[in-house]
Amino acid sequence: MISPNRPIGAALERLHAAAQRVGREVKLMEVCGTHTMSAFRSGLHALVPENVTLLSGPGCPVCVTAQGDIDRMIGIAGVDGVTVCTYGDMMRVPGRMGSLESARCHGARVEVIYSALDAVRLAEREPESRVVLAAVGFETTTPATAAAVLEAERLGLDNFSVMASHKLVVPAINALLENWGGEPTGVEGFLCPGHASVIIGGDAYKPVIEKYGVPCVIGGFEPELMAEGMAALVEQIESGEARLENLYPEAVTDAGNTVARALIDRVFEVADVRWRGVGVIPASGLAVRESYAKYDAARVYELEEIEDREPAGCVCGQVIAGLAKPDECRLFGTACTPVRPIGPCMVSGEGTCQAWFKYQRPAIARRKRVGEERAATP
Amino acid sequence: MCLAVPAKIVDREPSGDAVVDLHGNRVSVSTVMTPEAQMGDWVLIHAGFAIQRLDEREAKETWDVLRDLRTVG
Repeated sequence: MISPNRPIGAALERLHAAAQRVGREVKLMEVCGTHTMSAFRSGLHALVPENVTLLSGPGCPVCVTAQGDIDRMIGIAGVDGVTVCTYGDMMRVPGRMGSLESARCHGARVEVIYSALDAVRLAEREPESRVVLAAVGFETTTPATAAAVLEAERLGLDNFSVMASHKLVVPAINALLENWGGEPTGVEGFLCPGHASVIIGGDAYKPVIEKYGVPCVIGGFEPELMAEGMAALVEQIESGEARLENLYPEAVTDAGNTVARALIDRVFEVADVRWRGVGVIPASGLAVRESYAKYDAARVYELEEIEDREPAGCVCGQVIAGLAKPDECRLFGTACTPVRPIGPCMVSGEGTCQAWFKYQRPAIARRKRVGEERAATP
Repeated sequence: MCLAVPAKIVDREPSGDAVVDLHGNRVSVSTVMTPEAQMGDWVLIHAGFAIQRLDEREAKETWDVLRDLRTVG
């Protein structure tokens, strides 16, 4: 637990002191869209030591979803009699042929839901509709999809199915430490996602910590707590330690939420799934179990896998692994903006590109101007 | 998307769902993942589900810290 009466200045001082003692470049990564936005909104990146970089990893569910999976979700909206229910973030993600939003403009029925159970209630209310819940998300969101399937089963509905593209946090961290699409990320410490950790528990990180000797800190979302988390990571790196520190103990236990995990296990099984930009990561996602096949939209509608054809020029696949910065993309801020996004990292309210666009643009412009002025100086 | 917010259980629906006070709004949430949550408990809400019962003592400590930080800042 963090000490009372500790202002952010104290957390930053601790971080700066540890970074100075380490005396070399250190890359840390957060793997959570809420952390991404909290850090950018608060200006945390400008306050951390020069030799410490906080990268944003694959923590935005919409951003990590493979383009082919997005295309399948958009495709099913066009099936006669189908109502697609999805979370708001998914609506504007561009596919090969439009988005769920544009499908709705062209007459498809697409509903934005708050809770996965809203989709079940719609299926119950409208037996003539064929409701498909298009769900993405990490372990925080997956139990809700499982609960929706179980509720549909309880109600005996035969007009409800899920097109689920759920991912697992720990295999993603594993992949980032091995290499991400052939490129080493060089990350030395992880600020683990607070709310996925609520479900999976602190113990879930222990195999990664043991295998790779990389420190992991589960942290809260306020900038003060993120600074504490980063300080704890750099101190571990300094002392050559690698262990789990839980700075969010009011919500995260060692075992996680075992009831929620049991829900996931009942409906889903671990599967090799595709991620944006990198392709298949072994055992990194979930597929509906055979015993629940009648609730699996891919089986019900006999949907083919669609090849991942990402938008030309978009580097979201590298951005989500911290391998490219948004302003290194030639589309960033010109062809691709939050108003007319090309890649999901610009669509999502927690995407790294949108965070850069909203909060980093003045800094980028200033840097470019200074660079140009320097170049122009004889 | 993994956004979750703390809220206090203030009532129960006939269906068994909990009614929580979310910044002054009364919102019904499923407690299928938190069957142990009781009236008056603080829970974390994510997309219509109470995903965890919060340890009130720990939560209060964090909130006190944050309040103090903001008073200082």
